[in-house]
Amino acid sequence: MMDTKLNTKSVVTEGAERMNQPVVARESVYNVKNLNLWYGDDHALKDVNLDIKKNEVTAIIGPSGCGKSTFIKTLNRMVELVPIVRTNGVIEYHGRNIFEKEYGVEELRTSVGMVFQQPNPFPKSIYDNIAYGPRVHGVKNKKILDEIVERSLRRAAIWDEVKDRLNENAYGLSGGQQQRLCIARCLAIEPDVILMDEPTSALDPISTLKVEELVQELKSDYSIIIVTHNMQQAARVSDKTAFFLNGEVVEFDQTDRIFGNPTDKRTEDYISGRFG
Amino acid sequence: MALPEKQPVTKKFIDPVAVKKSISQRLVVNNVTKVIFLVGLFFGLVVLGILLFGVIRDGASWLSLEFLQNAPSRRAERAGIYPALMGSIFLMLLIIPMIFIIGVGAAIYLEEYAKKSRMTSFIEVNISNLAGVPSIVFGLLGLTFFVRNMGFGSTLIAGALTLALMSLPVVIVSSQEAIRAVPQAMRHASLALGASKWQTTFKVVLPASLPGVITGIILAVSRAIGETAPLIMVGAAIFIARAPEGIFSEFTALPIQIYNWTSRPQADFQGLAAAGIIILMVILLTMNSLAIWIRNRFSKRY
Repeated sequence: MMDTKLNTKSVVTEGAERMNQPVVARESVYNVKNLNLWYGDDHALKDVNLDIKKNEVTAIIGPSGCGKSTFIKTLNRMVELVPIVRTNGVIEYHGRNIFEKEYGVEELRTSVGMVFQQPNPFPKSIYDNIAYGPRVHGVKNKKILDEIVERSLRRAAIWDEVKDRLNENAYGLSGGQQQRLCIARCLAIEPDVILMDEPTSALDPISTLKVEELVQELKSDYSIIIVTHNMQQAARVSDKTAFFLNGEVVEFDQTDRIFGNPTDKRTEDYISGRFG
Repeated sequence: MALPEKQPVTKKFIDPVAVKKSISQRLVVNNVTKVIFLVGLFFGLVVLGILLFGVIRDGASWLSLEFLQNAPSRRAERAGIYPALMGSIFLMLLIIPMIFIIGVGAAIYLEEYAKKSRMTSFIEVNISNLAGVPSIVFGLLGLTFFVRNMGFGSTLIAGALTLALMSLPVVIVSSQEAIRAVPQAMRHASLALGASKWQTTFKVVLPASLPGVITGIILAVSRAIGETAPLIMVGAAIFIARAPEGIFSEFTALPIQIYNWTSRPQADFQGLAAAGIIILMVILLTMNSLAIWIRNRFSKRY
């Protein structure tokens, strides 16, 4: 059985050859090395190694409880909000270990934004929701804030729907709109990476499609890591896919390879629905 | 795979005849309990109505503008409630900022910053218990600590501090409840945007919990304003002709004035006392209505 810790460079080469495109050595955005995580005594992530590239959509799939949400929350250290969490290993973000003492969590989270499973806008106006991030980081000038708000709402493909009611409470929006609002709120702090933890599982199919289109558009300017329960979504939306099982990365490869010709039998079983 | 053979129907434990009988019994019990609860409600309302009626009948004739503006006097026709009214109002104005800052601050610390441990549970249990301590005990505390040890004497500030201490447990507990009710998702959203913990607390959690916090404060102040015992212990003047001039002046309050009048034998003073009660109730009703209005107005947003 082939070694599952694939050398990413050969994956890119193989995939590129298959697609008849020149090989581009892409820059790494996240380099996860031997990451282990425990919730108390429960060993939730076991020796995770992943190299996530810039300007790509990386999907993380796996059955319930396999550690995919836990993993994505370690990337912006939100998992540490749970008191019994312990981690071991290194996560390099653009070469810098995010666990080192000098690297402030607030600084990391300014470059790495997150969209949650349930839309969670603040009980404030639409404008104040988007402006919250920039204001927290010291932007006070109204003109600049106005521009940031418009730009973020446009980028999240929701500007036309809300431009006449920026001062209304965000809770008046529908579920799909609220989720796109949360994406806009995330874009307002001009992050580098966007982490999405099952962003469409609470949405209707039309809103889901809109969010998926958005992810494709955003790829050119941001690196996106998306956890999804929905395999078809992973196949539609992502460039690379990582299959997690029981806290381990079973396989990490180009999406068409994972879904068309998986190397590991467990991956094949999951994809074909024999379990999960 | 062949389908399993159909199993014979097992004996039924639920007898349809017995069920029918029990349903009609249960419906009767339903209606009986509804009547009992309604009677309970009416009993409460009727007693309240009798009290209100009695007070209004006795006191309404004594209500006038002069009543609000005059100082108390031995002559019933000339007696007024002005110093007591002003005393109560000034007490409220002093108490509110104190319990807001200290009470809400303590609640924020306990909910957002303190690690849940046996120590914090112990503190929380004790704060809840303090909410049930009789007000006269706070009066004794105020007398010893504020009046004598700190040397404030029987002044407005001593009374305000004593009543503030008495109100703090209620404010802390209700503010904690309001802060706890803010969903974690909101805090996570703020932290994920790179905000620090204090920014999250002051820009997201506190504004979201404000309706509950304000309601708690108004209810606590409503209770404080009707308290007589702690103020008497602290030495609020029973006979005073002027409104308080500063925080170190002598003072009196509405409940004390009412108590003073009820202890006089002449019937006229009973009427005056009833009028005083009406004024006190108007203030209490206004404050409670304000609390309900605030709660309704802000909870619609959620």
